[in-house]
Amino acid sequence: MINRRDFLKNTAKGIAGIALPLAAFEIFNPGKLFADKSDSSKVRYVFLIDTYKCVGCGMCVKACKHENEIPYDANVTRTWVERYVMTKEGETFADTPKGARDGFTTSRIDLGGGKFQDIRQKDIEKAFFVPKLCNQCENPPCVQVCPVGATYQAPDGVVMVDRTWCIGCGYCIMGCPYGVRFFHPVYHTAEKCNFCYHRITKGLKTACVQACPFGARQLGNIKDPADPVTKIIMTERVGILKEEYGTKPQAFYLGLDREVK
Amino acid sequence: MVHGELWTVKELFVYPNEYIYWSVQIVMYPFMTGLVAGAFVLSSLYHVFGIKQLREMARFALVFSFALLFVAPMPIVLHLQYPFRGVNIFMTPHFTSAIAAFGIVFSAYGAIVASELWFLYRKHFVEVALPLKEKQDKSLLEWLKFIVFCSLTLGVYDVSEETLKRDEKAIRVLAAIGIPVACFLHGYAGFIFGSVKANALWMTPLMPVIFIMSAIVSGIALCMLTYIITMELRKWLWSRKKSSYRYMESKQELAGVEVNVIRITAKYLLMFLVLAITLELLDLIFRGYTAVKSWDVIRSVIYGRDFTDIFVLQYAIGNLIPLIIFLLPGLTIRRAVIGVCFVIFGVFMMRWNVVIGGQAFSLTFAGYMHYHLPIVPQDWETFKEGLAGALSIALMPFPLFWVMSKIFPVFDAKESH
Repeated sequence: MINRRDFLKNTAKGIAGIALPLAAFEIFNPGKLFADKSDSSKVRYVFLIDTYKCVGCGMCVKACKHENEIPYDANVTRTWVERYVMTKEGETFADTPKGARDGFTTSRIDLGGGKFQDIRQKDIEKAFFVPKLCNQCENPPCVQVCPVGATYQAPDGVVMVDRTWCIGCGYCIMGCPYGVRFFHPVYHTAEKCNFCYHRITKGLKTACVQACPFGARQLGNIKDPADPVTKIIMTERVGILKEEYGTKPQAFYLGLDREVK
Repeated sequence: MVHGELWTVKELFVYPNEYIYWSVQIVMYPFMTGLVAGAFVLSSLYHVFGIKQLREMARFALVFSFALLFVAPMPIVLHLQYPFRGVNIFMTPHFTSAIAAFGIVFSAYGAIVASELWFLYRKHFVEVALPLKEKQDKSLLEWLKFIVFCSLTLGVYDVSEETLKRDEKAIRVLAAIGIPVACFLHGYAGFIFGSVKANALWMTPLMPVIFIMSAIVSGIALCMLTYIITMELRKWLWSRKKSSYRYMESKQELAGVEVNVIRITAKYLLMFLVLAITLELLDLIFRGYTAVKSWDVIRSVIYGRDFTDIFVLQYAIGNLIPLIIFLLPGLTIRRAVIGVCFVIFGVFMMRWNVVIGGQAFSLTFAGYMHYHLPIVPQDWETFKEGLAGALSIALMPFPLFWVMSKIFPVFDAKESH
């Protein structure tokens, strides 16, 4: 029969033995794992969208799909353009057929399910286009809800996904109020716009900025006071999307309408 | 094809990446954990609060809860795009996420139920193992039984009155700790939804509480149903092979016990059902009264598109009818069966209306999404996220329960205390 002393001794030994391999599992901090980039703290990427300049051609969406290898015909996209049409009677219509990959080729509004709405030219009060992409929020709910830390925010503000670690639960997709996330049709992991991180860290422009013929999209560094984008954000009246969620989005809009969803 | 595209039909203005990503398996997940928690709370009513009439039901509910426990994480595994990476939740838990706590809560709860079962059945293990130990020429089956029960005793063969008394105390303590943990296990499933601020229908602090209440309701209802089925089976077996069947109670005796247990349990079911309905209605009234930005679209879903699912299937068939059935005096077994079936269906519909209903409208508040459950599986994805996958999950606890009842006999009162 085992006595109390031996029992306690063996228990202590057992716990120590179990604890040793447990120490191998470190609760990892995605921030630490992020490769050290010199001066990264001096950069905070932001986006500026001038909705007055957007004509809804969809070049940005096309460029993004090619650059980031999102299957061209798949009905998901990292960035898209929305069309808003308000009638004189106060009705608001909005659509984004195929994310406006091919632009807006018809004046009819896509109501989904193969139905379209014709709006006569003379009934239109106002109409405009709004490009959308990830807001790289300062307080990203997608990062908060990831159960395994596969999605993380770099010190320069860009939120990214580790395709080798994502379990595909979809919690981040549900957590994003802007609907920018989806499952990649090929890799089957969570996917999102990352401001073309592979390009911007080399000093290049994002694919969508480069493709926009009208300069409606611009990338900037909010920590650099000399940056033209920073100057616009600081001196002009810019809006953000869905402020009420407290996500502190970092994509700023010029000419944002209250009807923009 | 994009994940979710197959079963989602979009209408009006919906963001291009929006689909019903959380489908039927995410309906099954809170439904199954709810049953686990509910069954455990039912068993604790006897062990902690000493409600003597539930003695027969308590042991049954505990073993059933243990069987359900193994099924509870299965819907999540089937839902994941990378099921084998599910272990990452244990390897690198990211604690700002509600799902990351799953490993801890789940294993803590499993440990509590397992130890409570051990204390409850310790005497039984010893009584099976000892005679087998002494037997000289054991058959292969007996060897197997001996090894299983011998290891289950964990080397403790002391079954004196005094130690058994201490066991009972341990059971009481474990059951008492188990109640908050069971509520946490399920409340946190509610938290997973309630904390999604992007979803206007889910985001309410009431969500965990509503989930716990309906969980207890469904757990009690399923225990009652399974109890009635097993009792009817016993009666049937008794009349078929009177002499050889080892339970010697008479058929009338069995029937008497059955009605008694069911009537008492039904009272508790009724109590939790009223609580659950009250909370759900409070949530609905509050949303309508405060009428924040999202109310317009939520109202059109609740009172328009999902009217049948919510008011007919969930509230009328799932809540109102059983309420009447159980409130009418002189509850019979047949009526109880109908009642509990409606209750279980009602709780399932509640989960459905939360999970699918929460994705029935777009983040734009200007569009809708319809969910079409894949009925006939065409490939692995339509199997696991379709009717077939959901049904396999729903049926899984019963064979497990049967296997477990071989080790933990749920009825024979003489063999354990």
